[in-house]
Amino acid sequence: VSPASLIAVGQCGNQIGCCFWDLALREHAAVNQVPSYNLFPFFLSFRVVGDGGSISKGKICSLKARAVLIDMEEGVVNEILQGPLRDVFDSKQLITDISGSGNNWAVGHKVFGSLYQEQILEKLRKSAEHCDCLQCFFIIHSMGGGTGSGLGTFLLKVLEDEFPEVYRFVTSVYPSAEDDVITSPYNSILAMKELNEHADCVLPIDNQSLFDIISKIDLMVNSGKLGTTIKAKSLVTSSAGAVKKRHQKPFDAMNNIVANLLLNLTSSARFEGSLNMDLNEISMNLVPFPQLHYLVSSLTPLYTLADVNIPTRRLDQMFSDAFSKDHQLIRADPKHSLYLACALMVRGNVQVSDLRRNIERLKPSLRFISWNQEGWKTSLCSVPPVGHSHSLLALANNTCVKPTFMELRDRFTRLYKKKAHLHHYLQIEGMEESCFMEAVSSLSRLIEEYNQLDATKCMPVEDLPRLSIAM
Amino acid sequence: MSVVTVQLGQCGNQIGFEVFDALYSDSHCPQGLCSERENEAYQASSKERFFSEEENGVSIARAVLVDMEPKVINQTLSKAAQSGQWKYAQHSCFCQKEGSGNNWAYGYSVHGPRHEESIMNLIQKEVEKCDSLSGFFIIMSMAGGTGSGLGAFVTQNLQDQYSNSLKMNQIIWPYGTGEVIVQNYNSVLTLSHLYRSSDALLVHENDAIHKICAKLMNIKQISFSDINQVLAHQLGSVFQPTYSVEGSCHYRRNPLGINWQVRPPLPGLPTLGKVSLNRELHFNTSIANLVILRGKDVHSADLGGFKDPALYTSWLEPIDAFNVWKTQRAFSKYEKSAALVSNSQFLLKPLDTIVGKAWNMFASKAYIHQYTKFGIEEEDFLDSFTLLEQVVASYCNL
Repeated sequence: VSPASLIAVGQCGNQIGCCFWDLALREHAAVNQVPSYNLFPFFLSFRVVGDGGSISKGKICSLKARAVLIDMEEGVVNEILQGPLRDVFDSKQLITDISGSGNNWAVGHKVFGSLYQEQILEKLRKSAEHCDCLQCFFIIHSMGGGTGSGLGTFLLKVLEDEFPEVYRFVTSVYPSAEDDVITSPYNSILAMKELNEHADCVLPIDNQSLFDIISKIDLMVNSGKLGTTIKAKSLVTSSAGAVKKRHQKPFDAMNNIVANLLLNLTSSARFEGSLNMDLNEISMNLVPFPQLHYLVSSLTPLYTLADVNIPTRRLDQMFSDAFSKDHQLIRADPKHSLYLACALMVRGNVQVSDLRRNIERLKPSLRFISWNQEGWKTSLCSVPPVGHSHSLLALANNTCVKPTFMELRDRFTRLYKKKAHLHHYLQIEGMEESCFMEAVSSLSRLIEEYNQLDATKCMPVEDLPRLSIAM
Repeated sequence: MSVVTVQLGQCGNQIGFEVFDALYSDSHCPQGLCSERENEAYQASSKERFFSEEENGVSIARAVLVDMEPKVINQTLSKAAQSGQWKYAQHSCFCQKEGSGNNWAYGYSVHGPRHEESIMNLIQKEVEKCDSLSGFFIIMSMAGGTGSGLGAFVTQNLQDQYSNSLKMNQIIWPYGTGEVIVQNYNSVLTLSHLYRSSDALLVHENDAIHKICAKLMNIKQISFSDINQVLAHQLGSVFQPTYSVEGSCHYRRNPLGINWQVRPPLPGLPTLGKVSLNRELHFNTSIANLVILRGKDVHSADLGGFKDPALYTSWLEPIDAFNVWKTQRAFSKYEKSAALVSNSQFLLKPLDTIVGKAWNMFASKAYIHQYTKFGIEEEDFLDSFTLLEQVVASYCNL
């Protein structure tokens, strides 16, 4: 199975990464009594000590994650190394500094970028070792700060040059409007330009959506309604039953949601099913034009009720939920915008007839672009996530991301007009006002591309004249 | 005469398993509705076609399994071994780790040349095990990347290397919606390439089989396993041995022996003028029909309806276009069974639909960059469209 390497950059990236490894181990422990090839792609190697000579009773005793952890402050990474996950990483996979990036994209990108370029390359090459063909890099970072945003996007260019054949999947946490980092609009805009140019696929996440999901679950848990006890392990926000027990941290619930997104995204590549979907198929099917590679994700279910006497929610409800705004990881309105493509990644005991029935049912309420009226990519993975009998991850390439980007641009403009905090950036070597201008142009061009597609929304769908053949 | 099967991609391998399973179960079915001697002859013939034998008597499928990622092949091998009755040869698989990404160009232009030697060697080994080779049966889907792209490449190679052997491709027509977004591109590229190197394309549409499962078999939650089993059943009833001449005890030597290629009359020659009786009923016009009957009362079956000129194009007499093979030995415990293999306009609408959708998408240039990245240029697309429009027009003119 084709390996993938995870690169976590910055505080947010590493905290999410930590949750991811925890949940990945939990998932594999639940599924496999026998360690098998589906511990890859994310694990570099494992050794099994047989129990009484029997491999099937053996325990995994040495597991090394295929990952690189990067942070310009030591706090988060050190915690990981001292915590229960310390056996999964070794110091050779880390790059840290002590001074931090000061929430400044330029420091992360230009200063630390050039300082650590060689080291980064070396660690990446190491993580790509021992595998015939690395298939993709998963980069996790936030957009609003300095390290994740600046150094994280610097990394993209390095990856593109050094490993041009390997897909670059980026999970980016976008700042909300109330973000307490004042310079987050600058950082985000500068980072967007890099994502536009060097990422193959981006899954934007916003904190507000994650908050909303948590609130919804809390409401459910605390409603006191009979039969609303939730199976702890099934919560999309929890790490209950995780192999390595950790103290719950403030952002853990939110980070677990993102970690679950990544687990579900890779499930069909890791486990068997009647219709597999490998990671390289995501880009192939969901990115019709290179620039338009931003995907809206939604996860369902968020929890499973523990009381077995309550009938499990109908399968069809799961599909409907995936298209409800409550389950999206970014605030957007796909139903009132235009779909360019949509992927449904199903896990558990779901068959092709269930898929088809639901697609037929949901299609009429969704608008697809004229040349992709049947723009559905589907996969069926037999293994459900821990605590669930089935689950669905929907990925949509939809023009509804446009308002998010426009809002970002507005916030940037308001700040930039006042030239507020600009000097922190301009004093970094290599930074000029033109960098900002170019970044905004790049974003504007992207928004314009979405605009043009939206303009076709109201046009009637016509078949184009075909080639005429002389017989 | 033996058939070497090449199973490509997830679809090809999942189906391939079901086909061999169906063939094996049928040959070893105790109730053949015929004499023991006849049953033995049937069994021996079927076995020779599709299986070779290990020293301990275990049947080994005459097959080569190819996939660009390992999960499906591993599953297929273990399912076969679990049956305890037949299995795949240990070294008849070729597997990689990275998949083809649903990209026809990647399957054809990258995997093809890269793994050509290994794959052709495996096929050669399988061919050498046959006393006499009747041809190749290549199972592949059109929608994905490996079956479609690598399948087209392998078929081309088979054409070059074994030009005297028949190559029949089993192609799976994807669901209209909900499989792969670029399936129309992949299908167009596959069909146009296969047209140049394959002798016969046997088509099964997922939508059609799905309907069979839903309406005729009343399956509530239809899985791909159900679909593949229906398909395997159909194929089994076509490929199992049949009598070559009425009344003879000799099973037909070439299982794929029908004149699949029929050419329209050259311009200038008089077409056969006919008045047909049932013009109101609209049939898909055929140029060749083969009916295979198995079981009880085969010799008394009335096949007059198949000889109606209304079914056939004006430049063919039914007697030239219609064939029937009758075998008393029943198939798979069915007292009576009939199969129809047809070369007709049935595929016209689905083909036209796929070409139309692919054309619309091509006009917007969507996804093209994914193909040009691996050497399939816009001109290659245009060539494919042109060829398929010619096919559509040819069938239309029947």
